[in-house]
Amino acid sequence: MVKKPETKDVENNEVGTTGHEWDGIQEYNNPMPAWWVWTFYATIIWGIAYMIAYPAWPLIKGATPGLLGWSTRGDVAAEIQKFTDMNADLEAELASADLTQLEIGSDLHNYAIQSGRATFATFCSQCHGSGAAGSTGYPNLLDDDWLWGGDIETIQETVTYGIRSPHDDTRLGDMPSWGDVLEDDELAQVIAYTMTLSDEPADATLVEAGALVFEDNCSGCHGETGAGDRDLGAPNLTDAIWLFGGDKAAITESIVMGRKGEMPNWNAKLTAAQIAAVTAYVHTRGGGE
Amino acid sequence: MWNYIKLLLLALVVFAAGYAASNARDLAYQVHAILVLLIAAGVFVYTLRNMEGALAAPETGYMDGPVRVGVILTAFWGAVGFLMGTWIAFMLAFPAMNWEWAEGFLNFGRLRPLHTSAVIFAFGGTGLIATSFYVVQRTSGARLWGGNLAWFVFWGYQIFILLAATGYVMGSTQSKEYAEPEWYVDIWLTIVWVAYLLVFMGTLMKRKEPHIYVANWFYLAFIVTIAMLHIVNNLAIPVSIFGAKSVQLFSGVQDAMTQWWYGHNAVGFFLTAGFLGMMYYFVPKQAERPVFSYKLSIVHFWALIFLYIWAGPHHLHYTALPDWAGTLGMVFSIILWMPSWGGMINGLMTLSGAWDKLRTDPVIRMMVVSIGFYGMSTFEGPMMAIRAVNSLSHYTDWTIGHVHSGALGWNGMITFGALYFLFPKLWAKQGLYSLRMVSWHFWLATIGIVLYASAMWVTGIMEGLMWREVDAQGFLVNSFADTVSAKFPMLVVRGIGGIMYLTGALIMCYNLWKTVTSAPAIAEAPVAAPAE
Repeated sequence: MVKKPETKDVENNEVGTTGHEWDGIQEYNNPMPAWWVWTFYATIIWGIAYMIAYPAWPLIKGATPGLLGWSTRGDVAAEIQKFTDMNADLEAELASADLTQLEIGSDLHNYAIQSGRATFATFCSQCHGSGAAGSTGYPNLLDDDWLWGGDIETIQETVTYGIRSPHDDTRLGDMPSWGDVLEDDELAQVIAYTMTLSDEPADATLVEAGALVFEDNCSGCHGETGAGDRDLGAPNLTDAIWLFGGDKAAITESIVMGRKGEMPNWNAKLTAAQIAAVTAYVHTRGGGE
Repeated sequence: MWNYIKLLLLALVVFAAGYAASNARDLAYQVHAILVLLIAAGVFVYTLRNMEGALAAPETGYMDGPVRVGVILTAFWGAVGFLMGTWIAFMLAFPAMNWEWAEGFLNFGRLRPLHTSAVIFAFGGTGLIATSFYVVQRTSGARLWGGNLAWFVFWGYQIFILLAATGYVMGSTQSKEYAEPEWYVDIWLTIVWVAYLLVFMGTLMKRKEPHIYVANWFYLAFIVTIAMLHIVNNLAIPVSIFGAKSVQLFSGVQDAMTQWWYGHNAVGFFLTAGFLGMMYYFVPKQAERPVFSYKLSIVHFWALIFLYIWAGPHHLHYTALPDWAGTLGMVFSIILWMPSWGGMINGLMTLSGAWDKLRTDPVIRMMVVSIGFYGMSTFEGPMMAIRAVNSLSHYTDWTIGHVHSGALGWNGMITFGALYFLFPKLWAKQGLYSLRMVSWHFWLATIGIVLYASAMWVTGIMEGLMWREVDAQGFLVNSFADTVSAKFPMLVVRGIGGIMYLTGALIMCYNLWKTVTSAPAIAEAPVAAPAE
């Protein structure tokens, strides 16, 4: 398309210059390259045609819609409508589906997984990670270590109402800050004992006393053996899986300051079908019970 | 008499700035008031000490003082701007470089406008002012009009750069891209810019040549239009006269449209028209050939000026902007394609008959590559203005790549060419210190741009495709974080391109420095005198 302008041999220029000269600079009288002029005209003609075909001329109210009747908003609305219509039946079915009865491999299940994956990527991955492996403070959803339970109904409830969210039906359960409750030596003891629960090395002289402190203060939620209690969202302390870190510093912070992770109640933002879909998706990630 | 008025004014500025500093409501405003106070006090003392010499005979010949300081500062600002760019490029690849201790001053959000303003306004703007002063004098055969007003323009503009740059670091911004400085900095730039227009117009008015050379049409279009754009886009009401913050006059989509009317024409009139002025002088001078076509230069000039001003809405496709306005921007962008290429044709064809110089003269090579990048990015621009293309390219790195093939390729390279031309002329040297170094600069810069632009095409198109990718049932396939992590290797390549471009510029700075200090002088310095 970009061919060289067809000019005469400029070295022996026949066209000559305009006769002006500025600081030694002259100008040839060459004509404008024909391809340049014609392409310029072509773009102008195309421009006029486009302005007739598409919304272009502002009037007092609104603008000319163009012969094609096209608009950016109409375009996106049509595309959304196409998928909405296509998925309408499955969407309605999913919104009221009993997820425990969802048959793996069925159309509804496949649809739920696809929708759930997209919902997860958009709304959940910011905290739980693109691959759902979580990070410090945000649970890993791939393993079978669940704070509140990993069967599909429990997951659905967690997603719907959240954890420590503003919703009335939210899951509640506090890890209090023990820093003001226990004496310093008691804190050191219980920290040491907690570390031994998952076989981490700790100061042996403190462990025995720590067991007593644990029994008096912690076993109510975390259980006699430290295996946790899902009804209260109290983590299992014996499995070496740590939400906020398992080294001495992190455990100390958890005990002294307490922990209050939050998850929003997604029923404020997602539709019932979306919640069902993301539940089904998370349930298939590896830890579903 | 004039000196006493000047002293009085400066004293007033000192007191006003002192009062403003003690009543300042925020850090940026306070630091700026103190800076203004110090500068005004310095000029006051300088004026006072030079009262005696005030009656010296009026100077004759061309006024090259501001041009000499200007080209030095252009090279300096270039190096600073490229360094900032390379730095923030690596920040994007390695976000850990947003160190906690630097939070609030040197994090990405603060450094990004520092980079864009350093290259566009400090490097580009100083280069345009310096070259326009040189070119308008040579092609008009007249000394700059207005005496020391040219110095005021020059240093006034540097003060604008200083206030803008320090303001960004301290968080003073009106959050408009390429128009970040707050209200009092804008007012100062307006004053400086009007003075610039006066100096330039005054010089043209007293020219000895019967016609105005084409380079000066472009420079003048640049100066006039930037004044208009700057004023309209910065209409704002200060929250307090003692604070940096201001509120925009327009709101919502009107504000967005005004901003991109400004933003696109900053590209059109600052980075295109102004630099075409540079090209129309330095390319024929360096090639020692006449300009290819007078007629083409007239037609493409007027077409460019008329069309560019309408193209802004293409920055707001698929937003709250009504479709009819988007159509306007898109259609005018496409019609603009040929007028933009008119400049490329005139630049490249000026070299016909002198193509052999490409082998021997690395400066010409630089200019040719610059014009080539100009042609490429003025094709890419109209293409990206098409709605269908824009729906893929918008908000992606493709835009960044497009801007940089224009900025590094066209603006950078033509400015380097002009600097290589001007340094020996301004210091009366036989030539540059080293042509080999120019060659090194040329190759480093060219390969750097290619790495930069191609990395951004790859990430941009990939990003656009990933964002819009839906499965058979219409669900999005990728999360935003997926697209970010997929870009990582290309972000590193972009940074490496930046390092190469920066290295080339540093080699240039050294070469120019050595040209001034140790290149052999011309036996008899040609005391440039206005042509009679």
